[in-house]
Amino acid sequence: MPRRRDTARATMRSYRSQAAHRSGLNAARATLRRGWYRLPGPVRRFGPAILVLIVAVLYPYYLSSLPTGNVPLIYSFPSVRSAVTIIVFTMMAVGLNVVVGYCGLLDLGYVAFYAIGAYSAGWLASGQFEQVKFHFGSVGVTHDARGIHISIWLVLILAAMLTALGGILIGLPTLRLRGDYLAIVTLGFGEIIPQFVRNADSLHGFDLTHGTFGISPIDSPGFGNSLHDRVGLPAAYSAQFNADRLFYWTAILLLILTIVACIQLRDSRLGRAWIAIREDETAAGAMGIPLMRTKTWAYAIGAFFGGAAGAYIASFNAGAFPSQFSFNISVFLLCMVILGGMGSIWGVVVAGGILAWLNVEGLANIGTWLNDNLFPASHQIEVAKYQFGIYGVIIVLMMMFRPQGLIPEARRKREMEEGGRGPLDEPLYEMRGADEPGAGERGAPEQPIPRG
Amino acid sequence: MTEEGGDTLLRRFSIPRIAVEARTEEPSPRARGRRRQRPAALSIIGLGFVALLFVWLGYCLVNNPNDFFTIFLIGLTQGSVYALVALGYTLVYGILQLINFAHGDVFALTGLFMASLIANRFHLDETSGAGVILLGLAAVFLIAMVFGAAVNASIELLAYRRLRNAPRLAVLITAVGMSFIIQNISLAVFDVNFRSIPQLISERDVFVIGGVHYTWEALFVILVTLPVLLVLSYVVRSTRHGKAMRATAQDPEASAMMGINVNRTISFTFLLAGGLAGIGAVLFLVEFNVRYDTGFELGLIAFTAAVLGGIGNLLGAVLGSLIIGMIQAFNEGPFIFAPGSDWTRSIVFGILIAILVFRPEGLLGERTPEGA
Repeated sequence: MPRRRDTARATMRSYRSQAAHRSGLNAARATLRRGWYRLPGPVRRFGPAILVLIVAVLYPYYLSSLPTGNVPLIYSFPSVRSAVTIIVFTMMAVGLNVVVGYCGLLDLGYVAFYAIGAYSAGWLASGQFEQVKFHFGSVGVTHDARGIHISIWLVLILAAMLTALGGILIGLPTLRLRGDYLAIVTLGFGEIIPQFVRNADSLHGFDLTHGTFGISPIDSPGFGNSLHDRVGLPAAYSAQFNADRLFYWTAILLLILTIVACIQLRDSRLGRAWIAIREDETAAGAMGIPLMRTKTWAYAIGAFFGGAAGAYIASFNAGAFPSQFSFNISVFLLCMVILGGMGSIWGVVVAGGILAWLNVEGLANIGTWLNDNLFPASHQIEVAKYQFGIYGVIIVLMMMFRPQGLIPEARRKREMEEGGRGPLDEPLYEMRGADEPGAGERGAPEQPIPRG
Repeated sequence: MTEEGGDTLLRRFSIPRIAVEARTEEPSPRARGRRRQRPAALSIIGLGFVALLFVWLGYCLVNNPNDFFTIFLIGLTQGSVYALVALGYTLVYGILQLINFAHGDVFALTGLFMASLIANRFHLDETSGAGVILLGLAAVFLIAMVFGAAVNASIELLAYRRLRNAPRLAVLITAVGMSFIIQNISLAVFDVNFRSIPQLISERDVFVIGGVHYTWEALFVILVTLPVLLVLSYVVRSTRHGKAMRATAQDPEASAMMGINVNRTISFTFLLAGGLAGIGAVLFLVEFNVRYDTGFELGLIAFTAAVLGGIGNLLGAVLGSLIIGMIQAFNEGPFIFAPGSDWTRSIVFGILIAILVFRPEGLLGERTPEGA
């Protein structure tokens, strides 16, 4: 009906012009929007990410020119050293997002993968096993050093694969279980593995993990002398005066790799299978998706990234210590995924960055700023002490008021609105009428599937 | 399968008697109908583990009977404290199918609160007269119950109630969040130090048989726990509220139709669970000291106990707690091959995982929660 469409178009036009004339700000916004949509597709798609990337990569250069001390609220910008930790934790959150966000499996023991990764790095790139002497592409250690010294680049992959194997081993007996049982079992593994590394310093006299002292020092990454002489790449990070910057750029590279891999995975056959399971496990099984295998893959891949991140941060800290691996870390990572929006990569990256920053130094800084500027000397507060309480509040508030997360993935949001029935999506109670009289008459468009 | 035939038939054709079961991978409880045949190899491995355990226990008994019985009594005492906490998990799980992560932290908060109350308000200590101590303890138990119940019920009111129609994952995550919040409240109010109460119950022996000592303290724990369990059993089985609870656990929709106020029943369950945790906290204080994070680990152990017994099953929770208490005591005891207290957590969680793999429905694997 061309006529009606014309009328509609005219109405739209007049409405738009009205809106544009209403204020200069709106007009500017409209122009911007129009300009944005006129840009070629690839620019629109990758532009913002590349812009953020450039800002991030150049961060160490302009950090010194940023104001320091008493910046409103945040007090000061994170140092390059803190930024490395922030990025690695974000990477772990992206990995956890595969398990929790894509596949809908609640994992409360992700810290186990972090621990396995870190200790794999400890075993494969340090002097822990004095009984042997094995070098393979190692940098920054003398040739007669005892222990296993494998190049960190290789160790990252090996540790990730070992962790993935660990993920499969943990997953096989537990993935049969549904929802909350899976959560508690993963929590169990998250508690067992740190305790194991803490205690395994004399297994029949064999020192596997060096107990509470942890494994230290762990080799640092590098490109070796020949590449250093020919191309100018750093021989070993630890020997460089700007080691932090090198670690920082490498961490960014790892994060980008993780993000790209996760996006590719999400759009792959496997990723679609994960999302199908998340939406409705029964239907997915009925459509021929092998549930166990698909879920195990999610576990293995989530573990893979956790392991790589753990190995990298162990190399960065030059050590793996059992006190690093507490249940709090698991919840903290889960908090990142929830805050960002389960399944939404960009959401998780943003939320991960914010929360990791809060954890590394943000909360302490905010506390300092508040104490300096707002609170009198008699009523100083110690914000960092309430760190996990604050995370708890974030979790609870998010679940109550914005369960889809800050930057929800479009698909997940729709699921939330339509009420999918994934492994954990079946509602606790389907009880309309008990507390809202007349709810039954309103006639929900979709009759909820009865529980069970 | 030794499944009674008539019951299976009934289950197949009537309203599903769901309420509580270990959620394994079957498409849905209704479609399950018959019990899944467990792989034989798995059961053999599982039984093998249990057999090994018994061989080890028998060896300990023969080798060192005195230690064995001493440790047995310690395990009994510890198990009865766990039972009070595990019952809270099982009650809540039975009615909401929610692992109430915050439960352990309610326990710790109550413990801390009572410790400071006993020290600062009641001024009870070793020198007080026996009558004063008994009266004081009675008051302490009462206050602990009320406090625990109030905290637990307000968690439900503030957080879980709003999520009644939300996905299960959302509620579970909220429970983790609440656990952190309660733990942080404990930290903020009572600081990081361990708190304990003075030696109110004498540590002298009730009896000594051979080398086996049994202290008044241990007896006291049992003397408090037993009546509490009996009262609980009566409440759940015979009172109006208890019946409403069981009905709601079975089928919330149907019980709402029958005129049961489901929300109030759920609140009542949380009150009950909190009260039990309060009593447990005081008993725990009699023997140990409490810190803000004590509740987390103890809660996990108690939850394991509840799963071991068959979650949703009250008797199962008590049985599971006693077993877990024994396991912990024997693990930390002076026996050959006992791994020691460094490994307690790993062993408890190992058991949890083993149960979920080998027998997800728990020891008293009933499908209904009203087994008390």
